Parts: sequence; C-alpha cells; structure tokens
Amino acid sequence: MNYLIGAFKPACNISITFADGKNRKQVPLKKENGQTIMVPLFQSQENISGKISIEPVLGKKVEHNGVKIELLGQIEMYFDRGNFYDFTSLVRELDVPGEIYERKTYPFEFSTVEMPYETYNGVNVRLRYVLKVTVSRGYGGSVVEYQDFVVRNYTPPPSINNSIKMEVGIEDCLHIEFEYNKSKYHLKDVIIGKIYFLLVRIKIKNMDLEIRRRESTGSGANTHVETETLAKFELMDGAPVRGESIPIRLFLSPYELTPTHRNINNKFSVKYYLNLVLVDEEDRRYFKQQEITIYSSCEENT
Amino acid sequence: MMVDGVEDEEKWLAAGIAGLQQNAFYMHRALDSNNLRDALKYSAQMLSELRTSKLSPQKYYQLYMRAFDELRKLEMFFKEETRRGCSIIDLYELVQHAGNILPRLYLLCTVGSVYIKSKEAPAKDVLKDLVEMCRGIQHPVRGLFLRSYLSQISRDKLPDIGSEYEGDADTVNDAMEFVLQNFTEMNKLWVRMQHQGPAREKDKREKERSELRDLVGKNLHVLSQIEGVDLDTYKETVLPRVLEQVVNCKDEIAQCYLMDCIIQVFPDEYHLQTLEILLGAFPQLQPSVDIKTVLSRLMERLSNYAASSTEVLPEFLQVEAFSKLNNAIGKVIEAQADMPILGAVTLYSSLLTFTLHVHPDRLDYADQVLGACVKKLSGEGKLEDNRATKQIVALLSAPLDKYNDIVTVLKLSNYPSVMEYVDSETNKVMAMVIIQSIMKNNTQISTADKVEALFELIKGLIRDLDGAAHDQVDEDDFKEEQNSVARLIQMLQNDDTEEMFKIICTVRKHILTGGPKRLPFTVPPLVFSSLKLVRQLQGPEENPFGEEGSTTPKKVFQLLNQTIETLYGVPAPELALRLYLQCAEAANDSDLEPVAYEFFTQAYILYEEEISDSRAQVTAIHLIIGTLQRMHVFGVENRDTLTHKATGYSAKLLKKPDQCRAVYACSHLFWVDDQDNMKDGERVLLCLKRALRIANAAQQMSNATRGSTGSVTLFVEILNKYVYFFEKGNTQINAAAIQSLIELITAEMQSDSNSPDPAADAFFASTLRYIQFQKQKGGAVGEKYEPIKV
Repeated sequence: MNYLIGAFKPACNISITFADGKNRKQVPLKKENGQTIMVPLFQSQENISGKISIEPVLGKKVEHNGVKIELLGQIEMYFDRGNFYDFTSLVRELDVPGEIYERKTYPFEFSTVEMPYETYNGVNVRLRYVLKVTVSRGYGGSVVEYQDFVVRNYTPPPSINNSIKMEVGIEDCLHIEFEYNKSKYHLKDVIIGKIYFLLVRIKIKNMDLEIRRRESTGSGANTHVETETLAKFELMDGAPVRGESIPIRLFLSPYELTPTHRNINNKFSVKYYLNLVLVDEEDRRYFKQQEITIYSSCEENT
Repeated sequence: MMVDGVEDEEKWLAAGIAGLQQNAFYMHRALDSNNLRDALKYSAQMLSELRTSKLSPQKYYQLYMRAFDELRKLEMFFKEETRRGCSIIDLYELVQHAGNILPRLYLLCTVGSVYIKSKEAPAKDVLKDLVEMCRGIQHPVRGLFLRSYLSQISRDKLPDIGSEYEGDADTVNDAMEFVLQNFTEMNKLWVRMQHQGPAREKDKREKERSELRDLVGKNLHVLSQIEGVDLDTYKETVLPRVLEQVVNCKDEIAQCYLMDCIIQVFPDEYHLQTLEILLGAFPQLQPSVDIKTVLSRLMERLSNYAASSTEVLPEFLQVEAFSKLNNAIGKVIEAQADMPILGAVTLYSSLLTFTLHVHPDRLDYADQVLGACVKKLSGEGKLEDNRATKQIVALLSAPLDKYNDIVTVLKLSNYPSVMEYVDSETNKVMAMVIIQSIMKNNTQISTADKVEALFELIKGLIRDLDGAAHDQVDEDDFKEEQNSVARLIQMLQNDDTEEMFKIICTVRKHILTGGPKRLPFTVPPLVFSSLKLVRQLQGPEENPFGEEGSTTPKKVFQLLNQTIETLYGVPAPELALRLYLQCAEAANDSDLEPVAYEFFTQAYILYEEEISDSRAQVTAIHLIIGTLQRMHVFGVENRDTLTHKATGYSAKLLKKPDQCRAVYACSHLFWVDDQDNMKDGERVLLCLKRALRIANAAQQMSNATRGSTGSVTLFVEILNKYVYFFEKGNTQINAAAIQSLIELITAEMQSDSNSPDPAADAFFASTLRYIQFQKQKGGAVGEKYEPIKV
C-alpha cells in the first residue's frame, strides 16, 4: 500500500487503525490481485471505531477541502466491471477544509452498524465491506485510502431442520431411497445419511456425493449462473444389490464453503446442492440434486 | 477394458506395486518428519492402488499384503501422533476427509485400531462404526479384502470377556455381533462374485472364489476363538446366525465350504450339543451342495471324538446323537430327490461308521442304517456307478472291521439285502473281504444256520450271478477266489458231529450250484472236511446203537459218493478218482468193506471210461496201486478182483517203461507187510518176472527203432524190487536170481549197443554198494546176502 502511494507520490500518508485491532479476530481475504491479506472480522450491529492518522510527506503542508471516512458495503459484478452498488454507505466528516502541517489523528466511530450481508468472494460477484478515507483536494486529486474488513453473521441453529428423504429412480431399472440427516448445515457440519437400494438392474460402478455451489448474478435476461463442484466424495465402490444400504458421512470442514445467500440486494444468490451421482459401467451418470442450506453458526468455532 | 492373460496381469501387478512403493516412499518421508498432512495424502495415494479391477484375487492379494505392511507403519505413526498430543478423535475425522472411499476406509480402520487401543471410546462403538462404514465397498474382491483387513486389525481388540477391551455386561454379544456382521457382509460379497461377469467365465470365477474362501472362513475361526462364546451363546446366537446366513445365501460353493468350516472350527462337544440345529440346516441347502462330504466329515469328527475318550460317550447317548443323525440323513435324502445314489450311500456309510464307533453294542442301530440303505437302494435297482459301489463295499466292510467277526455281522438282518444291490463283481470283492476277515480272525462259524447265511452272502463267489457269463474273468483272479472259498470251507468246524454234518450238507448244497468251473476247487475241501467228520465218528464210543437219523459214517460216505459224482459233469475224472481213493481209504479205516469196494469200483470205472491220456493213466494206476496196497478191509475175493484188475490195467499201459513200472509196482499188492494172509511170494515173483520181460522188450524195441538199447534204468529198478522182497523174506526171491540180474545188467552195460546213462550207472552202483553194505553187516542179514557176488 505504502509503496503504491509512494509511486503516485501522494501528498500525504493515511493510515487506518481499529480500536480493538489487537484483539479482534483476523481472517484471510483474497484481494483482486490474488494476494491474501489478513483483515479484521466483524458482525452486523457491531461498533466499528478507530483512528485515522494523516501524515503529510516531506514536511509539506496539505491543503484540503475536508476529510471524511465512509463505511461502504459494496456489491461488485465482474461482468459489469467498475460498477459498484453500494448497499450501505455511512459517512463521518472528520475535518472541515483547511491545511494539515503535521501528522494529525482523527478518531472515528460507526456505532451499531447494520451489515445484513456477509462478505462474499464469488466467481462473478464480490460483496465487500470497506472503510474509505478521503482527503479532498481541489487540485492534484484527492487522497483516498481503503481498509477492507470482513463481515460474517452467525445464525442461531435453525429451529426447524428436517431431514431430506426421497425415493427416486428410473422405472424397472434403479430405485433408491436416500436420506440426509438435515436440510441445513453449518460450515463445519457433518452430513450423515444413507442410500438404500430398492431395485438395481444396472451395473453400477460407483457412487459419489458432490457438493455444488450455484452462484447466480444479475436478474432477468442478464442473469449469469455459475456452478462449481466443490466436493466430490466417493460413497460407494462397486455394484450393490437390492437391499444394500450405504452409509454417508461427509465432513464439510475441508471444503471452502460459504453460507447460502439468497437474493442479496436483488443482485445475486449463492446456493448449495448435494448431488448424488451414480455411474454405471458404461459411464452413464444418474444423479439427483437436492438443495441444502449452509449457514455459519457460533457452534462451529467452539 | 478386458485384459486376459497372465502376462498382462503380471504387468498390472508390477505397475501397482511400483505405484504403491513410490507413494510409500513419500509416506515414509512424511512419517519421518512427523508431517501428518503429507502422511495422510501419500498413504491415501498409496492405497489408491488397491482400487484396481485388473487383478485376479491371487495377484490382488500380493498387492494387498504390501499395503498391509505399509499400514502397520502408518498405524505406529498414528499412535505416536496421539502421544504427541494429536487427539485421536480428530485423527479419526481427518482420515475421513479422503475423497476416495477405498483409501478412506483402509485409513479409517487403521486409525480405528489406534482409537480402540487408546480406550477413549468403547471398543464396541468403534468396531460398530467401522463395520458399518465398510458397506461402502460393494465390489466383491475389494470389499472382501477390506473387510479382511478390518477383521485382521480387530482380532486382538474384540471386547471379549477377559480382554482388556471388555465392556459392559453385554460385551461378548458386542464382540460376537461385530464378527457376525463382518462375516455376513463378506459372505454376501463372496456369493455375489458368482453372479457378476459373463457366463462363459464361470469356471474362472469359481476358481477365483475358491481362492478367496478362506477370507470368509477366517471369521468363523475368529468366532470360535472368542472366549465368551460358550456353549449357550453358541447354541442361542452364533450357530443360528451363521446357519441363517449360510442357508439364505443359496450359493452352492459357499454352503459347502461354510458348513465344513463350521464343523471344523468349533469344538466337538458343541456340535454334539447342537446337532439338531446343525443338522436342521442340511435339508435346506441347495440341491447341488455336496452334502455327503460335509455330513460325512461331521460324523467322522464325532466318531473320532467318541473314540478319544470313553468319558464322552454318555454325552452321545444323552443327546441321542444317532437318532438325530439318522433322521437328518433321512430328511436330506428325502429333500434332495436328485441326489445321486453315491451321495446316499456315502452318507449311510459314514453313519454306520459313526454308530459302530459310538454304539458298538447297538447292533440294531447298525442294522437300522443298513435297512435305510436298502430302502434307498430298492428304488434304484442294481448299481452302475463305480464310486457308489466302492462306497457300498466300504459300508459293508465297516462292521467287519469293527467287530472282526462275521458271526456278529451275520446278525445284521439287512446286511445280505444290501449285498443284493451290488453287481456281481462287487459282490465278489465283498465276499473276498468277508472271507479274508474270517481267515484273519480265525472266526469259528459253527452252526449250519450261520453257514447258510454266510454262503448266501458270498454267493458271488459260489455261483455265477444273474446268469451273466463273464468270459473275460481273469483266470488267476478266479483261482484266487475259488481257493479262498476252499479255505473257507476248511474253516467250518464244529465238534458236534450232528451239527457238522448239517454244515457239510449246507455247504454242499451251495457249492453244487457253482457249476463245472468251480467244482474242482470246492469239492475237494468239502470231501476232506467230510472225511474229517468220518474220522471223528470213528471215536471209540461213538454211538453204538445207531440212533435213527443220527449221523453215521455210512451216511457221510453216501453223501460223499454223490458229491464226487458231480465232478463227472465238469469233467474232472482224475480229481474224482483221487477223491474216490481217499474215500475208499477212509471207508477202509471205518471197516466198511462194501463202501470201500464201491469207491474202488467208481475209481476203476473212471479209469476205464474217462481217463484216456496215457500219462494220466500212469499217475492214476500208481495211485490205485498205492491205495489198494494199504487196504485191509477187503475179503479175499474182493481183493483178488481189485488186484487182478489193477494188474491188468498195468499191463495195458501204452509205453513199455510205464508198463514195466506199473507191473513191478503191482508186486506190492501181493505182499503186505503186517498181514500174513496177504503174502503171496509166487505172485510177487510173477509180477517181477513179467516186469523183466517188459523191460527186455523195451530194450529190444529201442534197439530196433533207434539202434541203441537205451538205458538200463528199468533193470536197476527191478533189481531194487528184487532186493526189497529178498530182504522182506520172500522165499521165491533168492540170491541166485539177484545174482543173475546183476550179471544181466552188467552185461547190458558193457554191450556195444548200450548208450551211456550216467544216472543209471550211478543208480546201479549205489544199489550194488547197498548189497555190499548188507553183506558186510554180518549176522543174519550178512549171511543172507553172502551168496551174492558183486
């Protein structure tokens, strides 16, 4: 950062520090350039406070038209590059127009900020939270500094969490009944279940359980859907016969999952599916996809 | 991708091993540097080699064994890892992150082993989880090996009684359940192999299956090793559960193998106490299962158990082992209508062996088995199957071997009925076995009833059965058989003459059915046996009043006469003649002149009518002369008649030397040592002179036809007769006669036309030496010989 600023030779250095920066949990965040940095983690309705310090370079004075800090919640669509949709925008004016001769520090605070959406880094869309400090200047351009942070909102365990149970099949060919113990899983959860073979007339080679993420962005004709397979977990090897019951136990923790996001600000959705795939000896695939909900839970951190 | 051929398979195996070793290498490196993450990664990759479908079970086993060794190292590592503070529960989760199921489950079992050892969770819970998770492998070969691995690592960790992993009150049950479940699943996989793949590879598949069977059977072995499985548990849970699986799998190979396994791995006393349950399974097996072998092995085991100690015998009685087995076999045979007769016979044979071992005192049991066998056989007709016949022989030999006594065996009423169903060849074999048993054990068969039964049994040797002419019967074998019968006849003996006579009549009745080929073998022993009876009857106080219907020598001789007559039809005149002469001699000893005369008459008739071969005639005439000479029963008239005839026959022999010898032999008929009324010196001299004449004629004939006079042997022989009678005191024979005979011989020997004969010379020389010797003796003898000059 400092290096970049140095390159453009801005008139001053801006640094942002959080009030509880030493104690607050840091989580990794992937930047656009591919770098991963550690940033603080917040939840909705937390107070976000800290200090801004502005230090003119080389002892020069800095004339400005005012200093402000903004807290922005932005959604960025990659196919619509450059366009940010700010769903949250809070501003605090820190200074009236004037001149800064030496390092100057401003405290700031956004109290009980509503941050309903979670940070998300997807294939086609990004939802981010950022603090933006602007030293406005009439000429030579304003000096702007950003500080990202991550928001994650924990949800309490759902009061209703039914199992998924279903009988599917191809007539006179394959009938199975499968069961996943829940329909909503937290990020470190375990999927427990079983597949019961009611009728098997095809020669099955193996059976996998896939976790698929479906990210849809935009709306109407501009909808972009991107599906990724995040996990391919072999459940069964070989051809079962009628009456066999195959256990499922899939730990979610090794996979990079996010919570399910439904229609975030009318801009995008992220959904998860369990895809049960049976492959026969001629490599034909028979599958059944079921949506599950992923949420982050306080439990998972304990 | 169908790849056949051993070569290709070797290649796949080599590739698999190479892949495995490479990953094992990286795994070792990770283990050395305590890098859990890499250890898991490379071990999973290593285990991925086991995912192959290209190897036969045998080759796959090689690969598996290598992986097995590597997993032991990994297990050690996991154990150290937990000591370093890594929670075993975390490890147990961590290995389950592997994406491929087979490596995942191998790793899970490996960590599971450490988990149980850590005792952080009850062994039963971990085992239950493992055995459930293994369901994910439905491929038969891979599944069998995986579960075999599970079985291997869990063997010493079962929550058995007394084990350090023992759990709560139900602990044995948990251990048992685990093994039973693993067994059930393995068996299902194993059976499933049969139905996968193309039909044309059936044989190959069955071969592969049999290579894998021990993996399945091992579970039963583990079950038998569980301390806590006592008789009750075995009876209530283990056996019913195992049998349920065996019956329900409906697979021939599995049923056959597993039934055998059950029988072999569990203790005898368990089998004895659960016979009903175990036997109940047999009728439910597939018809193609080789039940006979399996059941036979069960009975064999139980027989051995019974033989091991007399203390266990009450157990057998208590559980009514015999009747249960008997019922079970009945049911099996009934249920499996298509069972080849071989199977049924084998079963009965085993059952018989069993009962003979366990209940040697219960002949009725043995008879029952034979009866059941007869019943089964009656629906089949004569046996054609070679192996079945062999089994019948085994079946019939068993009681003989056990009791070593045909008399006991004869009490088995069904025994002869079984013999009915074998072909005549087998009947013979069996008869031989019986006879040999009698010989070996020197069995006394002392009543006519038993003899009757016995001969009924061995009728295969006594007569031609089913009228089938066996032209190709080996001559030696036939002789051997008939000699055995002859020996058997000699064995029959009873000191009670009445009974003995009955025995003889019974034997006679049977052997007369034997036909011309057998009679020459069987008649002589019967004759001699009868003659033995005659001698017994001659006992001093023997029945002086001749009770009506009682046995007298006369009656025996009548029977003998009729018996020998049967040889006419053979024809065997020479044999008959000998036997007549034997009888005549016996009649002589019994002072029965008319009987003796009759026998001689018969012998003479035979000589005249039947014996035409000149050599046979020579033999016969010498026999006649020999016998007649010893006869003392005849009155003068009878004796004269017979002697006259004999002399007449002698003079009519074809060859001169034969004539000569017969005639000088006749001289003995007129000179019987101990009887003064039978010393007719004149006729002796007549005979000898006649012999000399014949010898002379023989010389001349020889001279005329061959130009040489031939040997002087005959003269020397006659000289010996002269010397004999001279010594015996025949006054008609004097020293002068001997002297002139010696001179005659000497002259002959020196004549030009005489061909040298060293044997005759030696004979003559030693005769002269004898005369010389007698002369030098001095006394009366010396005086007698004095006039003879040599």
